Amino acid sequence: MLRYTIRRFVFAVPMLLMISLIIFTILAFAPGDPAGALPLTIPAEVREAYRESLGLNDGFWGRWIKWVRAMFWYEPQHAIESIGNFCIGDCIDPGERIISFSSRSPAVDTIYERLPQTVWVLGLGLLFGIMIAIPIGIYSAYKQYSAFDNVGSFVSVVGWSMPVYWTGLILIFIFSVNLKWFPSFYDTTHDVQFTSWSSIWIQIKQLIMPVTVLSLFNAAAFSRFTRASVLDNLNQDYVRTARSKGLREFLVINRHVVRNSMIPVVTLIALSSAGIFSGAILTETVFRINGTGSLLITALGQADTPMLQTLTFFIAVMTVFFNIIADILYGLLDPRIRYD
Amino acid sequence: MSTPVLSVKELKTRFNTQDGTVHAVNGVSFELRRGELLGVVGESGSGKSVTMMSLLKLIPMPPGEIVDGVAEFEDVDLVQVDPDHMRDIRGGKIGFIFQDPMTSLNPVLTVGRQIKESLELHTDLDKKQRQARAVELLEMVGIPDPAQRLKAYPHEMSGGMRQRVVIAIALACEPQIIIADEPTTALDVTIQAQIIDQIRELRQNLGTAVIWITHDLGVIAGLADRVVVMYGGRIVEVAPVKPLYGSPQHPYTQGLLRSLPRLDRDDELESIPGTPPNMYTEPTSCSFAPRCKYAFDKCTTEIPPLVTVGDGHEVACWFDIDKGEPR
Ligand SMILES: Nc1ncnc2c1ncn2[C@@H]1O[C@H](COP(=O)(O)OP(=O)(O)OP(=O)(O)O)[C@@H](O)[C@H]1O
Ligand SMILES: [Mg+2]
Repeated sequence: MLRYTIRRFVFAVPMLLMISLIIFTILAFAPGDPAGALPLTIPAEVREAYRESLGLNDGFWGRWIKWVRAMFWYEPQHAIESIGNFCIGDCIDPGERIISFSSRSPAVDTIYERLPQTVWVLGLGLLFGIMIAIPIGIYSAYKQYSAFDNVGSFVSVVGWSMPVYWTGLILIFIFSVNLKWFPSFYDTTHDVQFTSWSSIWIQIKQLIMPVTVLSLFNAAAFSRFTRASVLDNLNQDYVRTARSKGLREFLVINRHVVRNSMIPVVTLIALSSAGIFSGAILTETVFRINGTGSLLITALGQADTPMLQTLTFFIAVMTVFFNIIADILYGLLDPRIRYD
Repeated sequence: MSTPVLSVKELKTRFNTQDGTVHAVNGVSFELRRGELLGVVGESGSGKSVTMMSLLKLIPMPPGEIVDGVAEFEDVDLVQVDPDHMRDIRGGKIGFIFQDPMTSLNPVLTVGRQIKESLELHTDLDKKQRQARAVELLEMVGIPDPAQRLKAYPHEMSGGMRQRVVIAIALACEPQIIIADEPTTALDVTIQAQIIDQIRELRQNLGTAVIWITHDLGVIAGLADRVVVMYGGRIVEVAPVKPLYGSPQHPYTQGLLRSLPRLDRDDELESIPGTPPNMYTEPTSCSFAPRCKYAFDKCTTEIPPLVTVGDGHEVACWFDIDKGEPR
């Protein structure tokens, strides 16, 4: 298992290089030009100089190699240096880092600033969603076609088909506009002090609505998936064998059925965890959370290629990472899977 | 004649499916005596498994439903008994060996865990004793290196091994009755023979009564004390082995025996013409009549009851084959 894990991580590196090249190619051929947003009164020479200063005239391969070098070498070096507060050899020149076209500041720093709010909201949304979904999914399957199951199925189909911007707006309308209980937007500047109740309370208040919206959406999907997986297992012969031993239903379900049904569910959870980092564009827009999702959308609008490239690559890294985690979990949970 | 350990009367089981009601068991009555091995034969779909699973309420309910009948076991009626009591009986007093060894074990639990689970439920053994008992059980069913094997997962074992584990689970708490649903059909012949030997031995040592469901009339001849023949969810003939094979009284049993290859004779193998009965309607007459060469008008209007025709030999047929005339 350890060998397998190491092998997977080692193979991830060339894969990520390939992914970066693909992203780079797509962005290079995408229409849009950061100089295009400049006022028309600016003369062509200035425009050209601007493009030159952004490095846009370096040619495809040159730009890619520069980016790869920065991403795989300078950025990690900078990260280590700033965490450890020392310099490796000559200190890293900030100009070597990946600089956003529009903000003229390092792209990685911006992403790093944007991550906490996204992770808070999406992470809690996923966590609560799963916590609601799994018991409901198990019970619905166990009582297939009962009133509980039918209501549950109906609610989750509705929850699944209602877009988050719609449920989000309704919540804002009720709880922010009418009742004035919760703020309608997320205040990123709020610094959560875990020693102060009022500080935590402010954070909870601004989290409640977006987290609720995402939890319900996730719960709808995960409860369906759990239900299907449990149903699959309930019809298996080994369940009958368990009953034939005289086991109580509670143990038949929890010891035998759930353990088997959770294998695909846990795998799916691990895969979905990558999404926590990539942000939720719609939810972030509705609740005005300036997380990675809204960063992506803004960068797109500004044709901010370095930012897009870096952010997309970061999402790819997370996806690859959680894919590996999912595979490892799968191997740990299911004794039939042996990787070595 | 010893007293029966299990006495089933007029058992009826149905499945209420979307396509209609499947009348799987239509009034089955039989007795199982202490220590005897009762063979149950009949073609696929004749209700053998459903009858036996109904006794322990192991059929899926819904769609399954036991609509009628009594099954007396130790002064309780298994059909009416409350769930708590039923759990004591399952595994503790009646062990069940299922048809398919490949899927009958939980893939994510070790074999040892699955064997010890019954012991936890039905015995007072402590952890150490349970381990010892589990080792002993695997030894008993002929699995080499049992202590090591307890740590294995089902997929690490062959089909024959797994079936032995399923048997070990059924035997774990020394039940009074073991119901074995085609325990050997999925296995190859040598392993079949070994398992049959083992069950025979266990029966001698423990005095367990066994119900052995099978398609294989050859196996049952050398193994059973008595044989029940099922057709269309009913019992059509019951007899001790000798009279059943020597002078079968039901045309269906005769057909079954004639379709069995024999070395000492050179007859053509015969198959029974016609198709199995439609299970979607409740029988109101002999289900075998459409395929029976002796059928006459009464056969298509009334269900024949089981009548005694010899010592322990009962048959449900309106026609007396020996005399060549209606009864
Ligand atoms: N879960 C179920 N739902 C609907 N019908 C069922 C179900 N289980 C069994 N049946 C029906 O009950 C009838 C009897 O089935 P049963 O399994 O007892 O046959 P069997 O004699 O054991 O056959 P085999 O030798 O193939 O095991 C069949 O017609 C079958 O289709
Ligand atoms: Mg069967």
